[in-house]
Amino acid sequence: MQKPAFVAAGLSFARSGDGVLLVRLAGPWRLSVTLPSFSTAERQISEAKPCRLSFDATQLGDWDSGLLTFLTDLVDFCTAQGIEVERSGLPTGVQRLLALATAVPERSGARQASVMPSWLARIGGAFLGARQPVLDMVGFIGQATIAFGRLARGRARFRRSDLLLLIQQAGADALGIVTLISFLVGTILAFVGAVQLQQFGAAIYVADLVGIAMVREMGAMMTAIVIAGRTGAAYAAQLGSMKVNQEIDALTTMGISPLEFLVLPRMLALCLMMPLLCLYADFVGILGGGAVGVGMLHLAPLVYYNQTAAAVHLGDLVGGVFKASVYGVLIALSGCLRGTQCGDSSSAVGDAATAAVVTGIVFVISACGVFSVVFYVLGI
Amino acid sequence: MTPEPSPISRQPSASQDAHINVRNLTMAYGSFVLMRDLTFTVNRGDVFVIMGGSGCGKSTLLRHLIGLNEPAKGEIWYGSENFTAAEPEQRQRMLQRFGVLYQSGALWSSMTLAENIGLPLGEYTTLSPGEIRKVASLKLALVGLKGFEDFYPSQISGGMQKRAGLARAMALDPEVLFFDEPSAGLDPISSKLLDDLILELRESLGATIVVVTHELASIFTIATNSVFLDVETRTMTDLGPPKELLHSGSAGVRRFLSRGEGNGAK
Repeated sequence: MQKPAFVAAGLSFARSGDGVLLVRLAGPWRLSVTLPSFSTAERQISEAKPCRLSFDATQLGDWDSGLLTFLTDLVDFCTAQGIEVERSGLPTGVQRLLALATAVPERSGARQASVMPSWLARIGGAFLGARQPVLDMVGFIGQATIAFGRLARGRARFRRSDLLLLIQQAGADALGIVTLISFLVGTILAFVGAVQLQQFGAAIYVADLVGIAMVREMGAMMTAIVIAGRTGAAYAAQLGSMKVNQEIDALTTMGISPLEFLVLPRMLALCLMMPLLCLYADFVGILGGGAVGVGMLHLAPLVYYNQTAAAVHLGDLVGGVFKASVYGVLIALSGCLRGTQCGDSSSAVGDAATAAVVTGIVFVISACGVFSVVFYVLGI
Repeated sequence: MTPEPSPISRQPSASQDAHINVRNLTMAYGSFVLMRDLTFTVNRGDVFVIMGGSGCGKSTLLRHLIGLNEPAKGEIWYGSENFTAAEPEQRQRMLQRFGVLYQSGALWSSMTLAENIGLPLGEYTTLSPGEIRKVASLKLALVGLKGFEDFYPSQISGGMQKRAGLARAMALDPEVLFFDEPSAGLDPISSKLLDDLILELRESLGATIVVVTHELASIFTIATNSVFLDVETRTMTDLGPPKELLHSGSAGVRRFLSRGEGNGAK
């Protein structure tokens, strides 16, 4: 290239007669070098108040989008000021790209107004916005109830093979993780109890502690949290991707209710599997406590067993299992709700899965609190 | 043909009576009005094309026609039945007479092709599983997918998915077939084959066909009537066969149909 070796982009202005301002561009105008700021040009033009702008690009080196962004700003500014822009001095490539960029006028209303509303307006907006999700949720629960009503009358339509597969996924496939978590929770409870109880020589009561805690609360709760993260998220992701892929629309236009066809079997599967998983978790948790009792506290296995059997009543067990099935319904409900509310992009599927887990766990913990009060009042 | 209870021997396209009647339809998302004052009639046996630039609301209009979106204003009638004001049971009955081919095919990904086609048959007919399977095989054969009954949608190509979606849309021998961008994502030859298939279906089934597309080649090959949605004025500007609109339509539709070259002169 036969260009002078400018290292930085040059910009200078020369006034000539009859109100023409000549803009001299020199050197490389690339995004990778420091470009003159637009405000200097703005100031120059405002001072000169020309009626026409022309360019001299004979000294211009390489150029890329850096030059174009500068020039589009310049053209916009001049058009707003009513200054005519003579583009013939620019390289032909630049002229063409500029013509392309200014060919379609900006669509009015396309640019979002980014005005920050006052804090009062934002609080009001947030309050009004909080109503809709609650209404959606109530509507969804209502629809799910109607679907269950149809199921009870034997009129709900879904594929039995889907239900069996979902039962397997929610139940049998979850055994591994439920085993691990509940065994560990059992040992943790036993450890915490043992340290305190040993001081009073009452180590044997570790069996009571672990047995009652697992059966009444922790068995159902830990299973619910594992299942919310595992199955609840999976439901949201499945329904969400079906929504993105228009598969749910396809069901609707076939006249098949997605609620009956997709949501009902999922709720049913969790409602049936959660009590069984909870029973299993209770058992494994007590086993975990027993491992600590026998291994660390040197209790005889039979003594530990007898102590547990004496401490845990049938009422505790039934209460725990009942809680688990309620948690199951809540997890399935939040998973399916978030799945059907999913947006139309692939990142929305991830958001739906996250929201499903959060909603599910919030529901479960809240329900646990309600149960504690109700059970206390009823004396269970 | 396999024994099939559905009325395949419907009246051919000879009669020129109104099948779909859109009256004063306004489409909106919340307070944002997408299109207003749409009024047009689709005759029985027509291949009716909904045209317009990107983002003008073609697919949204289709979603209104099949009840996935509710009109902000106006009504949609099928024959002498008001679709917009229909009770859920009546609407369900009307939906059974529609077949929809979605842009992405929208096959149910957890089911094989035969199960996809068999699901609506199992819901709405009294056929035995064996007979359903036979009908599903027939529908797949009609779209050139013989032998793919036990494939899952993810195991076949995009063009095949689209054809399988068409087979599913035809499962119940619908009176109206809706196509959302049938040639999107297809190579020219596949999309030509699909066009031929659409024409063939119209001839043989006597179905009314509504197509959303901006593929000029398809528009001129298949359309017997069309509506043009103008993104600037937010309403329909033209109604008529595309070949006539190319010469006598508004400036917008002539520009659209001639790819912006000249004023409609070929």
